[in-house]
This record gives sequence, structure tokens and C-alpha cells, in this order.
Amino acid sequence: MNETQERVAKRWRVPKGYVYVLEEFCKGCGFCVEFCPRKVLAQASHFNDKGYHPPEVVAPEACVLCGFCERICPDFAIWVEEEGGSDAG
Amino acid sequence: MPAKAILSGVHFMNGDEAIAEGAIAAGCRFFAAYPITPQSEIAERLAWRLPQIGGVFIQMEDEIAAIAAVLGASWGGMKAMTATSGPGFSLMMENLGLGVMTETPCVIVDVQRAAPSTGLPTLVGQGDMMQARWGSHGHYEIIALCPASPQEAFDLTVKAFALSERFRVPVLIMTDEVVGHMYERVEIPPEVPVAPRRKPRVPPEQFLPFQPDPDLVPPMACAGEGYRIHVTGLTHDERGYPDMSPEAHDRLVRRLVDKIRLFPQEYTFYEEVQLEDAEIAVVSYGISARVSLGGVELARRAGIRAGLFRLITAWPFPEEAVFRLAQRVKGIVVVEINLGQMSREVERAVRGRVPVHGVYHAGGRIHTPEEVFQGIEEVYRQCR
Amino acid sequence: MPVKVEKAQPELVPDVHHPLEKWLRTDRLPHIWCSGCGLGTALSAFLYALEELGWDPDSVAVVSGIGCAGRVAGYLRLDTYHTTHGRPVPFATGLKLAKPDLHVIVFSGDGDLFAIGGNHFIHAARRNLDIAVICVNNFNYGMTGGQLGPTTPVGGRTTTSPYGNFEHPFNLVHLAASAGATYVARCTTLDGRRLQKTLVEALSHKGFTFVEILAPCPTNYGRRNRLGEGLDELRYYREQMVIRHGADPKEADIVPGKPFLVGKFVDIQKPTYLELYQAKLREIGGG
Repeated sequence: MNETQERVAKRWRVPKGYVYVLEEFCKGCGFCVEFCPRKVLAQASHFNDKGYHPPEVVAPEACVLCGFCERICPDFAIWVEEEGGSDAG
Repeated sequence: MPAKAILSGVHFMNGDEAIAEGAIAAGCRFFAAYPITPQSEIAERLAWRLPQIGGVFIQMEDEIAAIAAVLGASWGGMKAMTATSGPGFSLMMENLGLGVMTETPCVIVDVQRAAPSTGLPTLVGQGDMMQARWGSHGHYEIIALCPASPQEAFDLTVKAFALSERFRVPVLIMTDEVVGHMYERVEIPPEVPVAPRRKPRVPPEQFLPFQPDPDLVPPMACAGEGYRIHVTGLTHDERGYPDMSPEAHDRLVRRLVDKIRLFPQEYTFYEEVQLEDAEIAVVSYGISARVSLGGVELARRAGIRAGLFRLITAWPFPEEAVFRLAQRVKGIVVVEINLGQMSREVERAVRGRVPVHGVYHAGGRIHTPEEVFQGIEEVYRQCR
Repeated sequence: MPVKVEKAQPELVPDVHHPLEKWLRTDRLPHIWCSGCGLGTALSAFLYALEELGWDPDSVAVVSGIGCAGRVAGYLRLDTYHTTHGRPVPFATGLKLAKPDLHVIVFSGDGDLFAIGGNHFIHAARRNLDIAVICVNNFNYGMTGGQLGPTTPVGGRTTTSPYGNFEHPFNLVHLAASAGATYVARCTTLDGRRLQKTLVEALSHKGFTFVEILAPCPTNYGRRNRLGEGLDELRYYREQMVIRHGADPKEADIVPGKPFLVGKFVDIQKPTYLELYQAKLREIGGG
């Protein structure tokens, strides 16, 4: 009954793993961009289908996979994954 | 050895106490209420008895909390009840609607007293009947039963739990202060069947919590049973997910009504006394029906063939039975302790075939047989 | 000629699953809350706490009332109950007492819990009932368009205090502590893992637990009080919040423009309602 829809996300390779962004969930609040301690993210220039600018990774090498973007995101639109596939969260 | 749940045997108890024992016998193990005359004996007896049998009694901070706790307990898997009188009954209306919308089995007892407002707290009234039917907001259906004796108070409370589980709807016991406080013989049977709760027959991943069975009632998955369902007062679809479309709303509300209205034979109870040859029928319920028998007797002595049609189910109103009654008698007298409530339903059901005369008073006492007799004479004259 | 730094290119990954998916009705996402609202963050922290606690999802029930926060129940893949306005606490009382082995959490808003639901809250706290109450406080009634609430600060502009609120607001921490809550803490939606840690601690506490989570409401409260976007409210928290554990709840007032306290205010042990009830059952031999 609760099958989860097929979701396609953007994924960036970062030193310790990956950063995922599910653009269609993002509401452009900018929390992740603002509070990422390493300034890894920036607002993309393109829009998602709701007219919001999703985040994108602009400085992958700076990312330490702290996961704060994942914690601060109100829309479950961004998360990190340690390279070993286990969730670094 | 913990006390017995079912106190089989013969007792001398009042209607309130009989309701308490009926609830226990029916398997009720959760009671939440707030003190109010004339309901006290129900709460006091359950405060004493439920802990003896491992049940939960809690006095809540107000009647809104009481009914909310009952709904929560029902979703916790228990048979749950609350009891109150007019003022508390009014406070329970919104959550009665939540119980209807979420299809939560529970029993709500209203020991009616003279109203409106504080009215005559210790004295009888029957003025909450329309509130029982339409008190919450929106269009919906509930079942309401009216005991006329402590024995019937016991029996109908057991019945109320069975109906609330069968139809997954709050069921109301609309009694009154006199039946609640009068002492009579009450026989409690050796066993009382505990009404089963309809459970899902498929595993969680296939279960749609609000997809009904053919009888329009869905199986109920309670908390902690692995089904992890969402229950909301918002209009919802078969999955229980909010759905704001008028179509989903119409489908849901119609089902909540039809699931009850399509099975009248399962809850329509009434008693006919001396109606076989009657020209005039008295329609009444609760304590007023007991007094009406006195009026019928006086009429018979005066040569008027009268009889009693006693409503046991107030809601859904037994329209067919009253319509058929109107084809057998020349006139109808409605006796109730308000200024005309159930009489409106009688008039609607009778559709003008015979005159309907009300014998009313606002509350604080029961009718006298003479008053009922005068009403019978009045209508007897009208239809000659 | 500057070296053209070629931008990091993402790859498209199908069928992805958020780490919290197990707890979420992802088929109902994206959720209803506005851009910049803190509710999603509070919900996410709550789910990370559940994940850390390792509770069996079948043993967790969440009850919410009416309002923006009331919609939390609808997004959780748990036994969840979206009750009437102000009534999640008594509903949760019945649920918990009927099924004591269930973890019962009330997750609702400032208006629902402390205006219409205030009477129920103080009594559940008085009883030291074995439930946790999480209040997302965004200082107004968001769902209905931004009306004055019991925690709206003095001067706060809302649709029903257009000239600025003149009423004294509640200090929820002080109210919960004085009513009898045996665990009281306040966080903000900016606190990240500290919010998760507080929730883990709160949910593990035996007895009536209260956690207040301050959250931005850009669409209503923020806009009408020129607080800017959700982002600006979070920046405000960063500037004004003072973390102090064990402070006196009386000092937990929130005055605009002034520092406010966050942290744990109360963490005491007192027999809980269930413990007292079960002891009474044993005493009378009815257990």
C-alpha cells in the first residue's frame, strides 16, 4: 500500500561519499546553502517544477559529509551517503 | 482472586449502576468521565469496579477530555465508554463527530436532566434527544438507545457495545435521571457474549484501513498491531490519507450514513403494549413510557382502547414501524419530557394520516397518568 | 587566462531513498508546509531520534491536533492519529492507558496545545502521564492564516492583533515545569543534532515530557513582523539563542530582540501515572 514512488535524484561525488538532492522536494528555503559549514552548496540557477531554486554542490572537495544539510532541510530534499554505502547520517 | 467481571445473579440496583455493570459485562475495560449529576453512580461504580478487574478508570479534567480519551482507548484496542448529562453531552459533541468520522467504536451515556443550561441538575428531563441526533456538526448517523428500566439499562448497554463494534460508530445510551436513579430488580446472566472487533484479514502491506467490507464497514487495525495506519478527522480516502475533493467527501459521508441506514433490522427495537385492538396509540420512551402505561390503563377504564408504542431505539428513528402504526390507529399521543422533540419524528413518519397530540412539559418531574389520559382523551375527541 | 574551473557535475540516480524513508509516507511528499517553515526540520529531527532510539515502529504512536503541526501525523508511517483541535493530549492519554507498552508521542503546535488544549496539557503534566509532548512553537496560528496565539510576543503583529499584540504571552517552559512536567527542554529547528539528542533524551524519559521547538513561520508570523524569510528567523535564533542547561524556567521568557534561553530546564524523576495506577491495582489485588 505504501509503495514509494520512483524518485530520481541528482548525486554529487564528494571526498567521503555522496550528496544527494531530490530537486522536486526542494522549496528553495536556502537553509542548507546558508548553514553548510564548508560552503559546499549554492542555489542553482535553474528552477524545479514548483519554481524553486534547488541547491547544487559547487565545492565538492570542501565537503566533510557532516550531514548538517540533511539535518536542517525541512523537505527531505538533500542527504548524504558515506562512500561505503552505509548512511553517514 | 480478582473480583468477577460479570456479577451473574439477581440484584437490586439503580439504572446508573446497571449501566456500569452492563459495560463491564460487555467487555468495557476503559471508562473516562467527568463528574456530573445525575451520572455520578455510573462513574463511582466503575471507579470501584474497573480496577478490581484490571480495567482503567480515569476521571478527566472535563468532558471534552473524557470523550477524547475514550476515542484514544478504543484505538488502543479497548472497549471504552464515557457517561455524562446535558452540559457534558454538549461538550462532547465535537469529538462525537471525530468518533463518527474515524469510525471509532465507543459508548456514550447521557443521563438526561432538566435543561437547558444548568436547569434542574438533580431532576429528570428528556430534552437532549435532538442533540443526540444532530448535536455534532455536519451530516452523519449514529445509533441511540433509550432504556426504561435498570434491567433494560443493563441489557441496552451490552447491546450498545455490540452495535458500536458491528457498525464502528459511537452508540448513545439516552437515559434519564429517573431511570438512572430508580432501584429495581436487575438480573445479570451467567455469561455475556463480548462483541468481537472486526480485524483486518490481510497483512499490513495489502490493508486499506478505510476500504469497507460489503456491509460498508471496514476492518479495524488498532495501534501497535503492525498495520501503522493514519487515522484523521479530515475527509480521507480508502488509505486513510486526507483527500480534499468533494467526490471523496461525498463517497465517505454517504458510506458513514449508509453503513447504518441499510441495516435497520439490526438496531431497530421498540415494544408494543395493548396495541392489538387500540384506537389511540401513545408513543413514548424512557421513564415517560412507564408513566404512559398508567394513562393507557385509565383510558381503557374509560372505554377508550389505548395502547403504548415504546421507542427503545430513538435513532435511527423507526420510521417504518411508526408509519405502520399510523395505519392501525386513529390518533397518536406523544409523551416526552420536553416541549416536542421525538414528536416531530413521529409526525414526519405518520405523514398526516392521523392526528398527533403532544403531552409535554419542560422538565423536573415525570408526567402523571392523568396527564397522559387527558392527552388520549384530547386526541380521541379530535379523531371522532 | 584564468583556468576555467569546470563545475562539479552530478549524476542522475534513479530510485533513491532518503535515510528516513522507513519512517515517512513518502507517497505523500512533498508535504504541505511552506518554504522556510521549521516543521519539516522538527519532524526530521524527531525521526532521527526514533532511528537512534531503535524503537520498533510498531510500538510508536503519534497523535497530533489541528494546525500546521497537526499535519505531522499524516506523514509518518506509524500508527498516527490526527485528532480534533486541542485534543491530542487527552486522546493520547486514553491510547497510552489502553496500551501501556506503546510509545505515545503528541506532536502539535503552540495554539493547539496551549490555547484550546491548555487545560488538557496542564492536567496530563500534573498526572506525570507517561507521554511525550513535542510543541513546535511558531508564535501564531499558521494554518488559519496567522492569527494571534498564546505565545505571540508582546508587539507581535498578526491578523488578529493588527496593532501589535498587547497580551502577556505564555512562557511554555515555565508553564510545563510548574504544571508538573518531569522533563522540560527547549530547542530551535536550527539545533541539528542537539535537537536530535534532546529528543532522544526526552523520549527516553519516564513520565510527562515536554519539548518546545521554536520554528520559523515565514509566510505568516515572519512576514507580518518583518522577520524576513525562514532563513532570517534561523539567523535570528543563531544570534539570540543562549544555551544554558538547568536554568530557572521562569527565565525562559522570549522577548523579541533579546537573547532567549534554550536547553534542558527540568529533568527529575517522579512516579508516573501508570506506575501509580499499576501499584494501586496490585494493592487492591485486581492487577
